Amino acid sequence: MIKMEYYLVVSTILMFVGFYGFVTRRNLLAMLISVELILNSVDINFVVFNRFLFPEQLEGFFFTLFAIGVSAAETAVAIAIIINIYRNIRNIEVKNLREMKW
Amino acid sequence: MDYTSIFPLMRAELTLTAILVLVFLYDLIAGKRGHRWFSAVTCGLLLVQVAVNLVPGPAGELFGGMFRTVPMDGVVKSVLSIGALIVCLQADRWLQREDTHHKQGEFYILTLSTLLGMYFMISAGHFLMFFIGLELASVPMACLVAFDKYRHHSAEAGAKYILCALFSSGLMLFGISFLYGTTGTLYFDDMAGRLTATPLEIMSLVFFFSGLGFKISLVPFHLWTADAYQGAPTAVTSYLSVVSKASAAFVLFTTLVKVFAPLIEQWQTLLWIVTVLSITVANLFALRQKDLKRFMAFSSISQAGYIMLAVIGGNALGMTSLVFYVLVYMAANLAVFGVLSTVEQHSGGRVSLEDYNGFYRTNPKLAVMMMLALFSLAGIPPFAGFFSKFFVFASAFKAGFYVLVFIALLNTVISLYYYLLIVKAMFITPSDEPIATFRSDVGTRISLAMCMAGVLLLGVVSAVYDGINALSFGL
Repeated sequence: MIKMEYYLVVSTILMFVGFYGFVTRRNLLAMLISVELILNSVDINFVVFNRFLFPEQLEGFFFTLFAIGVSAAETAVAIAIIINIYRNIRNIEVKNLREMKW
Repeated sequence: MDYTSIFPLMRAELTLTAILVLVFLYDLIAGKRGHRWFSAVTCGLLLVQVAVNLVPGPAGELFGGMFRTVPMDGVVKSVLSIGALIVCLQADRWLQREDTHHKQGEFYILTLSTLLGMYFMISAGHFLMFFIGLELASVPMACLVAFDKYRHHSAEAGAKYILCALFSSGLMLFGISFLYGTTGTLYFDDMAGRLTATPLEIMSLVFFFSGLGFKISLVPFHLWTADAYQGAPTAVTSYLSVVSKASAAFVLFTTLVKVFAPLIEQWQTLLWIVTVLSITVANLFALRQKDLKRFMAFSSISQAGYIMLAVIGGNALGMTSLVFYVLVYMAANLAVFGVLSTVEQHSGGRVSLEDYNGFYRTNPKLAVMMMLALFSLAGIPPFAGFFSKFFVFASAFKAGFYVLVFIALLNTVISLYYYLLIVKAMFITPSDEPIATFRSDVGTRISLAMCMAGVLLLGVVSAVYDGINALSFGL
């Protein structure tokens, strides 16, 4: 059986890939995808902890289900706003969102 | 399960849900003519809700400890409801405009759903409940920020807000997942008993804290604040700066004290640094702002730093002073935003500092109200802001943070300087084209009267403070 640490390494890498992407990507959709990576790493964490450390209860699984649902709702709202930006300026590059600074 | 026990404990949530449904139905059936009365209907319903919940309910828990409430939660919920009521009163004029007229229903429903989310967040006894409440508070809020669909600024602010909110909730969940891994529970009470301050748990604490720090917009998590505040419609900005911030600050206090009690040394250090940074950096940035909404954004960041002074002690005195500070801050800040939004509506969108030159000559009443509110924010003695700042300082001082209180005191002087810049513009600096004299609408006038009553009376009438203090025992 695969040990718990392997899963945790994967989820931590996923987390920091998302973190890196969020900071460096200059496209709103790419930033959104990076954030989704962070949320997915959290889901892996919850499931793995529940499965390996506390198999007699289901708290982590339930949390994951809710987290997936809520993050889907958030993504829907974020994409709606990004589409709205696209309609306004025909572009979703971050460098064009510079009307407000400092 | 005994269903009769639910109502007294969930009174605020159930009445608010009922209002949500009623407003939704009204939106469906009212038609064109009924839409003129939308604001009156919503504000009336909210007033009923405030009246029903004015006396704090009993303490207790429901749904196996998922939902738990103490009388203090009831007080905070009432404060938030009053804030939402004032914002709805001020938003009316903006919502009657041609381009937003047909979307009134959406505005009220979204506002009320964020309020419901904050209620659940405040009364959560389990991290799942807490998370859902937090998201229910922040997802509709992003829609509100991007509400002006055809204004580029609003969409830009909405995108910045939703991406930062998503990112921060991701960080927070990452922290919570490791808390779950180390303790094996997500209930607040059980977790408090099982935390042992291992390095992994300290890391989780930092992640969790940064998630909430985004909501309260503390430095270094404040970067979205100024943009979102400037781009959002003014009514939404005032809601964001007062109600959303107040609820998150209260929740931060309760979670730190209840759940993270074993890690008190670590979070006090963390808060110490964050408080100093928030107050100082925000004050320095506020000095150079020309746009008043942006200016109020930085002012609200520094006010959040002062609120953290109440949290850092983690005692009952801190709780009292936090709730009192939030109440007073709400009165003053909503007064400022009320003036800003009515001026914006009547002058064709003028919100920069220079526009306010000579404001006293044309609109003396509004100028005086704005001045009183700014004095209260700065903490000048006869007004409520002085007393709230005093109590906050006293609670931090009592907990032994002398240096911190000293730094905060120095910063009040800086903040006084930039608040007076606005007063100077209004009263002294002459202008060639001042904002024309106008008469504001009924909703704004009622809301400003309520705010002024708060600014002038809250500090002097000590019954308010005593009333809050009586409930803060045992948190």
